Amino acid sequence: MNDFLAQHAEILISLVKIAILLFVVLTVNAYLTWFERKVVAHIQSRWGPHRVGPHGLLQPLADGLKFLFKEDPTPAGVDKFVYYLAPLLALALALTSIAVIPFGPDPLHFKGHDIYLGITDLNIGILALFAITALGVYGVALAGWSSNSKYPLLGGLRSSAQMVSYELALTMSVVGVLLMAGTFSLREIIDGQANGHGLFGLGGIFRWNIFAGPFPQILGFLCFFVAAVAETNRVPFDLPEAESELVAGFHTEYASFKFAMFFIAEYTSMITVSCLCSILFFGGWLSPFPASWTFTHYLPSFLLIPFGLWVIWDGLRYETIFGKLILPGVGTVITALGVLFIAFPAVNEFAQGPFWLLSKIFVFLFIYVWMRGTLPRFRYDQLMSFGWKLLLPVSLANVVITATALLWSNR
Amino acid sequence: MSAPVIIFFVLAAMCVIGAISLILQRHPIHSALSLIVVMVALAGLYLLMGAEFVAAVQIIVYGGAIMVLFVFVIMLLNAGLEERTNVSKLAGFAGIPLAVALTGLLAAAVARSEDAVQAATQTGATAPNKALANLLFQDFVYPFELTSFLILVAILGAIVLAGPRSET
Amino acid sequence: MVPTHYYVILSAVLFGLGVIAFIFKRNIITIFMSIELMLNAVNLAFVAFSQVWHRLDGQVFVLFVIVVAAAEAAVGLGIIIMITRNRKTLNVEDVNLLKL
Repeated sequence: MNDFLAQHAEILISLVKIAILLFVVLTVNAYLTWFERKVVAHIQSRWGPHRVGPHGLLQPLADGLKFLFKEDPTPAGVDKFVYYLAPLLALALALTSIAVIPFGPDPLHFKGHDIYLGITDLNIGILALFAITALGVYGVALAGWSSNSKYPLLGGLRSSAQMVSYELALTMSVVGVLLMAGTFSLREIIDGQANGHGLFGLGGIFRWNIFAGPFPQILGFLCFFVAAVAETNRVPFDLPEAESELVAGFHTEYASFKFAMFFIAEYTSMITVSCLCSILFFGGWLSPFPASWTFTHYLPSFLLIPFGLWVIWDGLRYETIFGKLILPGVGTVITALGVLFIAFPAVNEFAQGPFWLLSKIFVFLFIYVWMRGTLPRFRYDQLMSFGWKLLLPVSLANVVITATALLWSNR
Repeated sequence: MSAPVIIFFVLAAMCVIGAISLILQRHPIHSALSLIVVMVALAGLYLLMGAEFVAAVQIIVYGGAIMVLFVFVIMLLNAGLEERTNVSKLAGFAGIPLAVALTGLLAAAVARSEDAVQAATQTGATAPNKALANLLFQDFVYPFELTSFLILVAILGAIVLAGPRSET
Repeated sequence: MVPTHYYVILSAVLFGLGVIAFIFKRNIITIFMSIELMLNAVNLAFVAFSQVWHRLDGQVFVLFVIVVAAAEAAVGLGIIIMITRNRKTLNVEDVNLLKL
């Protein structure tokens, strides 16, 4: 048994990492829906879910159970194979894209094996992500077509035309970063930001790609973010699935669990885009403070301990037994984590990278949800003309200017 | 039977099954999906050979753009099931075994000449993407610029051919 | 490692299947897809031989083949759309006005 484990250690470690990451991503998806509903509600001066569990925290669980038990009818006249394939394809591709994202710089040392955070690091990391995004168009197009109905067909065609158009601007806006990093691999892009020359020669935040080097990639970041929002079919680009326009667009005829698959695919692509934004433009796991300010290493504990104490206090105020037990428990865990980071410096150093990456991902997810609550949506022709006539030329100009700046600085 | 050979046979089986399914399916959209399976399997084979950039470009361009174009056109033209035609039975009985025999003969001939060609090993280049880029932009820069011109001509041609008709 | 002739035989088989699809199918779009299948088979042979000779020229040529196939698909599908507008059918046997 031990020989079997030792011989196949690499594969087993990868399998365990995949299982853990899948579980974490699906849980984050579920609580992202809770987060979105709460934030959009507070933007609109109401409360959002607050009855199911303390602060509505069990709402995703209730939604999941609903999706499992609801009736799942298949409309007549659909092309059965394609109808069942489309949500599977969308979900599988969205979940696969998490595989190439690195979550931390240092490996864990476990019984002689170095376990890096992140399932793999490809030489062509970012190209693989674009390949998966390119294939994601099929989920939408085939769903719209196979539903044998007018609104889904129109919604599917519009949505896939939008995704294909903005894919060009998406890939072009990243080329500036690739020029500065000289590699496709995501880990090496972050390492390039760690060692690169910052704006005005300062360190820390000024080394991130958005501020750094011969040409700060602000234009590239804006193009990338807008194109990614359009690619994931989110507000303000969500005309193909808007309720007032096309019933529900390409997923009209999809009921409980298949709709849940599209839903999870959309939120997972949001998470992937946030990861990419933080890795490519905002330094990934690098801290915004210069490396010489070592007192900033206590920032995770500084944030976690008060938050944990607040959760405990808030839980004790609750009327229901459930709130009185669960919330203080969660709060104790958070506080203990904060104290752990202060007590063990080795663990603290290890946790710095993932902490910064997760904070940046959280900020981008918040911006996504903020846009959902605030902005109206584009009309379809405005959307297409924006993508082709503004975004694509601007990202091409970004490539040309970055290349010129690089050549100038290397003279 | 080392791991690369097993992976090769799995991917090759996917390719051949996809190609046969392209022939046997009656609805064009199912043929298109089979062709997408063939292309993804071919990208896997390119990865197996170590040509990673070509594999990524294959999926992005072929699988993510050209086949999307095919799927769009099939949806827009509302292509239906193919009708049966009177293909002569003799062609099926005699032709298919002959074709298989011919392929087997060619395969045997190629396999026997394996001594003349060294077994494929990976290029082992430390930076294959950089080398490929150097080759593309230094030795092959003229064909590269010509292909960009070709794409421009193709875009214009497609717009003129399939674009909205102006009634004058 | 995988011997080269495995790849070459696979490429030949795919090419042959593409030819069979080209001859026997009647939907013009399916015929077009069989052309793409033949081009892919040729790409596979190119990459296999680029591995044998340890040169990257084969891969560069594959990139050019992919680009040319994209341009050809765009224009070809434009022509197909025009034909369908005029003849209202996707069956190549029905586009026979010039037949004697």
